[in-house]
Amino acid sequence: MKRGRGLVLGALVATACGAAIMAFAQTSAVDEIAKYRAALQDGNPAELWEVRGEGLWRTPRGPKQVSFERCDLGLGPGVVKGAYAQMPRYFADADRVMDLETRLVYCMVSQQGYTEAEAYKNPFGAGNERKSDIEALVAYVTSESRGVRMSVALNHAKEQEAYRLGAKMFVFRGGTHDFSCLTCHGEDGKRIRLQDLPNLTTVEGAQKAYTTWPGYRVSQGEVRSFEWRLYDCFRQQRFPELVYGSDAAIALTMYLARNANGAAFDAPAIKR
Amino acid sequence: MRVRPPVGTWTGLGAAILAAALIGCATAPSDAEVAGRAAAVLKQSFKANGQAGLDRLDQDDTQRLCTLYADKALPSDVAEMIEKLNLASIKWPAGGQWMGDWKNGERIAQEGRGKQFSDDPKGPVGANCYACHQLAPQEVSFGTIGPSLYRFGALRGYNDETRKYAYGKVWNADAYKACSNMPRFGHSQILSQQQVKDLVALLTDPESPVNK
Repeated sequence: MKRGRGLVLGALVATACGAAIMAFAQTSAVDEIAKYRAALQDGNPAELWEVRGEGLWRTPRGPKQVSFERCDLGLGPGVVKGAYAQMPRYFADADRVMDLETRLVYCMVSQQGYTEAEAYKNPFGAGNERKSDIEALVAYVTSESRGVRMSVALNHAKEQEAYRLGAKMFVFRGGTHDFSCLTCHGEDGKRIRLQDLPNLTTVEGAQKAYTTWPGYRVSQGEVRSFEWRLYDCFRQQRFPELVYGSDAAIALTMYLARNANGAAFDAPAIKR
Repeated sequence: MRVRPPVGTWTGLGAAILAAALIGCATAPSDAEVAGRAAAVLKQSFKANGQAGLDRLDQDDTQRLCTLYADKALPSDVAEMIEKLNLASIKWPAGGQWMGDWKNGERIAQEGRGKQFSDDPKGPVGANCYACHQLAPQEVSFGTIGPSLYRFGALRGYNDETRKYAYGKVWNADAYKACSNMPRFGHSQILSQQQVKDLVALLTDPESPVNK
């Protein structure tokens, strides 16, 4: 009995020492990443996307040669300042709840004369060979909400429905791995490998995560939008491909954006 | 493709789902309806890509029940039923041969690829254990969604009981904890039986770095 306890105690001590060494290694790794981020924050490459996006916003485009200055993001035609902090929202002209990206596509089709296929063709860019206009426009429009408090309304019945559907989709388990959003984003202080995971079921967690997308992804050299964030989460969940501008993409965005209400928007940010 | 266990082993689940739906009705009238609608909208919002077909959104009974109770307390009788049925579906190795090669196990534990639409369908397919668990102390890049498994065998004993549990847990985690965050690696045909045995060796071979 006594000998057995000694063995267990020895094992515990060994475990504790190992854990201390590893905790040190990890803390320093996480610190280094934080330092790198802080260094880049002063000059976020996302600004290049913002500038290009502003140009695209003001330039007459498409078969009808119309700029986005007639596009209503919810605060009136051409009003960009603060618009993203109130999206997704219900748009009567489309009779649909839309996130920013869906709304941009809507304006490209209904005002600029693009076909849907053209408008949806290149949502996620890949380097200089395949720059995405939508990502640039998203960078510009979101940057115009920097510092604005998130204020997503649930006034219209369709806004309420989108929120409730988003909450259910968040916990939907499926795929080969039984994953849902909740699997990784339901508890405080968890990590995948060394990557910290936000707990999106808490107000603080949703606020911190939602207000820092879009982000310039250092590892990809691209500004990634919120739709990309969802698309890539589902890829890792082993789900099929989330359709850009789909009702599920908008409902989940509504759920998370609304939960972030009250926090100051702070993007485009910088991500690992 | 989802693996459907023999129909007989799942008797009673329909009743549980119905009961759960009724509980939902008592507290918030349209909760189950919203959940049903959410599942339907999800199905319309995805497209098949490579090896990830739309059938991945078809929930089996365990997934459906775990989704239903994800935002409320899981009743103990439902939990017990999920565990019992998942336990009954485990395909045990012949002759109590639980262990494979821990070196292969370490490779499987490190491998993050497999089953994503961006992955080569021809493989490799790993378990990516380090994404969520601490295992061998040499690997400092580990996640914390699951408990540390460092010294798993050393602490639990190098015996058949420990190895059988490790095998069953990797094969089908829901057999031991209903609605676990952990994938059912054998049950859902993510890993082969040999790969599961290699992971058992990683956890319970005295020579494995996990136990050093």
